[in-house]
Amino acid sequence: MTTETLLTVSDFSVVYDVDPPVEAVRHVSLALERGEILGLAGESGCGKTTLAYGIQRLLKPPAVITSGHAVFHDESGEDIDINALDAAQMRAFRWDKVSMVFQGAMNALNPVATIGRQLEDVFTTHRPRMPKGERREECARLLDIVGVGRDRLRSYPHELSGGMRQRVMIAMAMALRPQLMIMDEPTTALDVLVQREILEQISDLRTKLGFSVIFITHDLPLLLEISDRIAVMKDGAIVELDTALNIYSDPQHEYTRRLLSSFPSLTGERGDFVRGSETQEAAR
Amino acid sequence: MTTLELRNVSKRYRVRGAGDMLALDDVSFTLTSGQTIALVGQSGSGKSTIAKILTQLERASSGHVLLDGQPIPHRGPGLRRYRQRVRMVFQDPFASLNPYHTIRHHLERPLRLDAVVPQDQVEDEVRSLLARVRLDPDATIDRRPHELSGGQRQRVAIARALASRPELLIADEPVSMLDVSIRLGVLNLLADLQRESNLGVLYITHDLATARHFSDEIMVLHHGVVVERGAADDVILRAQHEYTRALRGASPDPDKHFADPSGRAVTRS
Repeated sequence: MTTETLLTVSDFSVVYDVDPPVEAVRHVSLALERGEILGLAGESGCGKTTLAYGIQRLLKPPAVITSGHAVFHDESGEDIDINALDAAQMRAFRWDKVSMVFQGAMNALNPVATIGRQLEDVFTTHRPRMPKGERREECARLLDIVGVGRDRLRSYPHELSGGMRQRVMIAMAMALRPQLMIMDEPTTALDVLVQREILEQISDLRTKLGFSVIFITHDLPLLLEISDRIAVMKDGAIVELDTALNIYSDPQHEYTRRLLSSFPSLTGERGDFVRGSETQEAAR
Repeated sequence: MTTLELRNVSKRYRVRGAGDMLALDDVSFTLTSGQTIALVGQSGSGKSTIAKILTQLERASSGHVLLDGQPIPHRGPGLRRYRQRVRMVFQDPFASLNPYHTIRHHLERPLRLDAVVPQDQVEDEVRSLLARVRLDPDATIDRRPHELSGGQRQRVAIARALASRPELLIADEPVSMLDVSIRLGVLNLLADLQRESNLGVLYITHDLATARHFSDEIMVLHHGVVVERGAADDVILRAQHEYTRALRGASPDPDKHFADPSGRAVTRS
């Protein structure tokens, strides 16, 4: 019996134990629904990436998780306290249940191995008993799904465009049919036309395959269009968490309003946005 | 009134094993003081090649670059004088300032090299430049770049560009490396300075929304060809060219996204 909630994060805090210590994530609690796209918005240094890494225990010293839990409600009905997993369990958990598309991931491919081989690595590691033929077919199918095409299995990364490489990374992250994909600025380095295509694809696949997405970016207009709900982070804390529509039409927190007003409207009225007339106060 | 003109400019890069790559294909336009033109396009469209040709970091393969009708010099004191009049602001304020030097040094250098003011007024001029970009001179002048935020650094870079009292400014993605909540501040600053000094600004960006709000005109560049040019609102709201419409359609536009079927945007409180 599965519950509607996929991931419960409660009172989660991360401190970078340097001098002076930096409270990067402060008492964050949130519940992620199954099949939901949750946008995590905030500016550099707000702790959004640290939170995403922290949930999967990907942080390295000096980062220390000082409080809280992340509990993963597996589709088998089992509740997994991620903080309590030992090294072997953690290794089995990552990528299988939760995968991640990293910032600049397209540059993380090995330049001297074909993308087919790199995709196969996922299966040889996590599904060692899978027969070779099936493994090959699965890799080919994944490249079809993300729109790169199976004829690219034998291509090297430099033979693909940035957008295609990023799709390969998304294929890799989907390989084991994880229940949650965490995407950290997955399209920031891409052109807007390519970005739009990839986002539509993620959205389609989410509907088809039913996984959840935590989508991290500073690009609030983008999040407003693709997310079901949005969490706005500032100084390590979630200052507002609501549906995209409510964040857009009725933001409660002053910082959310400031972030919204940082993006002039593409086609709408100019509103209270005035060109020029900069104030001393704005010169932070 | 200063006018910078690109006339039928093409630029070819030789690519090993792949023949020539035509980065710019017969581009013509003029930039006049007092006017802000946005140059939009995706990566690889040729935006930065135009910036490099305008600042003579690259030479056009064919065509002409004219300042007030005169061909611009390719070398020597003439080129130097040209570069005093047409200045560039780069994308990355973390890379364009030298980490060894104080802010004072960064701003004194163009003042001395171009002998903008007499020696004994250099310090005052540095302070007034900092004030013009809305930085507190006392708090900034003896700092080094790493002690400043990205936005403050870009303000210093703008102050440096203004030091030689240019007539035209080429700003290549001046805010794309900055945090979102300070981008508009820096763009507003550029708009203020543009008006105060009657500067001509070429604002190079991939962001259609800020292009619309910060410029009088927009030029859309696609594969080295200017496919559309016109008043900012016309290009965004009534795009003629298919490519412009595709760009607009792909850009996030929450106002349209949340508009009800009648086309009216949900009211923002």
